[in-house]
Amino acid sequence: MPCPIHGERNIAEFFCKGPVLSMPNATRGTRQQWARYLFLAENKAGIVDEWWLHSPSSLWFVARRDTTSDEILQTWTIEAYRTQQQKKTTPKATPKATSKTTTR
Amino acid sequence: MPLALLTYALGLGERKRHFPAPQPLQKRYDVLIIGAGGHGLACAYHLAKDHGITKTIVIDKGYLGGGNTARNTTIVRANYLTEEGTAFYKESLALFENLSQELDLNTMYSKRGHLTLAHTDAALRTARWRAEVNKHLGVRSEVVGRHELRKICPQLNLSDEVRFPVLGALYHAPGAIARHDAVAWGYARAAYRRGVEILQNTEATGFQVERGRVVGVRTSRGTITAAKVVQAVAGHSSVLAHKLGIRLPIRTVPLQACVSQPYQPFLDPIVVSGSLHVYISQSARGEFVMGGATDPAELYDTRSTLEFKEQLMMHILELFPQLANANLLRQWAGLADMTPDFSPVMGKTPVKNYYIDAGWGTWGFKATPVCGKRMAECVATDKTPALLKPFALSRFDDFDLVGEKGAASVGH
Repeated sequence: MPCPIHGERNIAEFFCKGPVLSMPNATRGTRQQWARYLFLAENKAGIVDEWWLHSPSSLWFVARRDTTSDEILQTWTIEAYRTQQQKKTTPKATPKATSKTTTR
Repeated sequence: MPLALLTYALGLGERKRHFPAPQPLQKRYDVLIIGAGGHGLACAYHLAKDHGITKTIVIDKGYLGGGNTARNTTIVRANYLTEEGTAFYKESLALFENLSQELDLNTMYSKRGHLTLAHTDAALRTARWRAEVNKHLGVRSEVVGRHELRKICPQLNLSDEVRFPVLGALYHAPGAIARHDAVAWGYARAAYRRGVEILQNTEATGFQVERGRVVGVRTSRGTITAAKVVQAVAGHSSVLAHKLGIRLPIRTVPLQACVSQPYQPFLDPIVVSGSLHVYISQSARGEFVMGGATDPAELYDTRSTLEFKEQLMMHILELFPQLANANLLRQWAGLADMTPDFSPVMGKTPVKNYYIDAGWGTWGFKATPVCGKRMAECVATDKTPALLKPFALSRFDDFDLVGEKGAASVGH
């Protein structure tokens, strides 16, 4: 795993913490939005952005991985990932989207 | 003894092909089942036997029983933790016990006794809880201490000189193993004899939907029209359901397993440790069948890893140091449908005439007969049987999860 801070480390040092999703609004989110967010995963066979944790240093970061080949394509620190997401013309699924919910 | 075995042993009667070559497709089917694994075939069989629906076709993108039916570790048990789970698996166990007779094919069902080891007080508490729930529902389970454990399984290392000493266990006497291939073939043959068609190497690529109802399935051999469609595709459930716009509460995670070369009979019971993430049994052939925890991340690939074997053997050798020189013969992986509450998803879906049988994570093989029977009932009557109600897909929208912590290969 090419960790964005520590460089290449043994995969056993890392934990996968699931896909990057935008959380429904804490007060205005509907039951259906929360059910989707919590349980109804897209479970995509293909390229996904995921939260990963480097356990020895407690570092959370984002990795882009192909779930059909287990190949890790790219990794970002949270800051770098957010910047990259904001640069896109239609921002979606940023780690801390607070305003409108964009449950996929 | 099944009649087929007896006649074969005595050299009477000729051996016939189990499954004849496929016939030309009919114009329309009453039921189309996607997935020719144990579950799909059992459903087809029970549709024909219990409900007289024989105009059924079962399609599979690979070969018959070649998916998770052939990749599980063949353990059959009913000592679950929730009432819903226990009642469901109790019926499955009862059906399994008579399956060789029912299908007229030897499933090599072998009652071994099933031990779930406890290494901590917390695990022992859970064992007690499971035992009480089981007893209440008429399933034979009891908590045993080290003294009884030594009698049930003298091969087990009960020494204190290990990282995780064994304190006791949940003993489930009806726990058994069966030959998984025979279960799939038996259902396939029995279904075929009642008029069901089975089409292998035929992948479902899409659906025909009219006004919110499924009316047909597009396949690699053309479109097949059917009044009702059942999905029973194990590891690819999400991908298939997605084609109909249905989101499932499933993460696809590989579950790896392996077998040693055959040895003389040595281990009678099935030994499982939830805390150490291992399970081991000895097959009728003498191979040690071993498995561990599911892989740490979602993946649609059945590769094997060194991490899995290192983790598994580290713990197996603590429990059975005698196996230190045993050689591994084969290893493989299956794609497990992990649900948030470790319980399956069965029954109706938001799309009319489309039924789902998914979310079988690490608990699918042992449910084959009951799932086939009850799914058939659900499809034939369009009503959800009481036994399946707790496992409806809608429970996730209603925040009414089942919370089955008696499932295998999951951390508690």
